[in-house]
Amino acid sequence: MLTCKEASRLLSQSMDQPLPHLKRLELRVHVWLCSACSNFEKQLLFLRRAAHQLDEGDSQTNQARLSSEARERIRKAVRQ
Amino acid sequence: MKSLNSQSSSRSDQWIDEHGDYLFRFALIRVQNESTAEDLVQETLLAALSALHQRSGQSSERTWLTGILKHKIVDHFRRSWREQPLNEDIPTDLPEDPSMDDFFAPDGHWDHKPASWGSPYRSLEQSQFFDVLQNCMQCLSPKLAHLFVLKELHDMSNEEICKELGVSATNVWVMLYRARIGLRQCLESKWFENDRKVR
Repeated sequence: MLTCKEASRLLSQSMDQPLPHLKRLELRVHVWLCSACSNFEKQLLFLRRAAHQLDEGDSQTNQARLSSEARERIRKAVRQ
Repeated sequence: MKSLNSQSSSRSDQWIDEHGDYLFRFALIRVQNESTAEDLVQETLLAALSALHQRSGQSSERTWLTGILKHKIVDHFRRSWREQPLNEDIPTDLPEDPSMDDFFAPDGHWDHKPASWGSPYRSLEQSQFFDVLQNCMQCLSPKLAHLFVLKELHDMSNEEICKELGVSATNVWVMLYRARIGLRQCLESKWFENDRKVR
């Protein structure tokens, strides 16, 4: 039986690469029985989606603009 | 020659006007530092000018410039990766990167069980959520944050990341795991728990 520590690590790995068959099966059984790891799995998927939307969101960073000093500095440097 | 120079400078001026802010934000989200982001925009425009003759013209100007910027960001990560103290198997010992023992009891059970986040996808409609997410990314150690960016924002495979940064496959696994578990914990305490309290 997997521990939560092992299961959570496998869940993270499975975000990047398919797991070997048996490991996957073991993991599915654990997640089915364990609400904490089941929550963790959902959160990993959510995190991926959220990261994908960072460029589109209306966050403070996404409203940032080049300062006029930086703009001028870059303009000069690129002209040389 | 003079006309060529003035041609390329008006070209770069136009890029700065039309795409400067966009490229700056794109970089800022990934490197979390304004002056680094400014430098990366500058490097990108210089590289673009010297590669102008190779441009096929199939993609839009912005897509083309963004592609160059992406490479510059990877270069930046590689440089800072080398500059930071190397500690092969224990990726970092910064306080922001608690070891896994902080998350799990000795018997392998969660110390703080991940709670249900209800309907988290609704948060994606709130701009403040992305501020919190960025804030949580800043709380990670730089290496973990870089890996997370390459993985989830640049969509790179683990093999590509290993190759680009010269890190072992195991380290990439471990560090991505740490990054995710750290971000999860941070979002839970800074966003989802508050969210619940408000309701």
